[in-house]
Amino acid sequence: MASKIVSFISGIIFGVGLSVSNMINPEKVLGFLDIFGLWDPSLIFVMLGAIIISAPVFFLFRSKNKPLFADNFTMPTLKSIDKNLIIGSSIFGVGWGMVGFCPGPAISSLALLNTYSVYFVLSMIGGFLLTEFVDKIIIRGSKINYD
Amino acid sequence: MNIVNFTPQSAFAGGIIIGFAVIVFFIGNGRLAGVSGIVNATLVSKQNRTDNFLFIIGLVLGPIFYVFFTKIDIPFLITSSLPIIITAGFLVGIGTKIGRGCTSGHGICGISLLSVRSIIATIIFMITAIITVKLIG
Repeated sequence: MASKIVSFISGIIFGVGLSVSNMINPEKVLGFLDIFGLWDPSLIFVMLGAIIISAPVFFLFRSKNKPLFADNFTMPTLKSIDKNLIIGSSIFGVGWGMVGFCPGPAISSLALLNTYSVYFVLSMIGGFLLTEFVDKIIIRGSKINYD
Repeated sequence: MNIVNFTPQSAFAGGIIIGFAVIVFFIGNGRLAGVSGIVNATLVSKQNRTDNFLFIIGLVLGPIFYVFFTKIDIPFLITSSLPIIITAGFLVGIGTKIGRGCTSGHGICGISLLSVRSIIATIIFMITAIITVKLIG
């Protein structure tokens, strides 16, 4: 039960942060990506603010404690720079640059009842499921291994 | 280079709030708040499904609470056409799944952990996004 409350509260805080920083707004994000045009560096400050808070906690808390409501920390297992990381991140960047939506802001923006947000999120879910399908059904046994 | 619409204070404040969301999730549940991973897990895994779903519901409620308590409207504008939006959504879904992370997972959590994978992923998706904006913008 406690872990569910934590998840819910974390989601809310995250959504508030996206609202305060206006990163929920694709136009704002596209302003950041438009480095060669009229550039809005705000997104860098969002990342800096978040990293300044999370980095020290990650390093101090992880070495000494267990999570409050879980048996242990769930950390990414992959360490190497593989083909999937490079190809996947490249594809993600193209999609991100086309509209200015990445997954967090896209989902959060459903709150604003914009039809385009709904279409984006549904397509994104389609992308997740298509990739899952291709991986599990068509190229099962390949080196691709998702969480 | 011309700098416009730059809002460093609200950006930094919003970033700090996002950082708090990340540490609450981490200290409480021992997990990293990568949104693409959480949405993916909700779709394909039974493990922690309720937790993941509640995180997503919270993410949608965040802006509603923000507007309710501050009475400040959230600026929001999408100028892309529907075919572009659908294509972009697909690419973001496919790309973050294959690359195992998005702006929150790699860009915030991964960089905070000094993960080389995440630093490289972030550099790559920023570069391809900037090129995309340059080409279609």
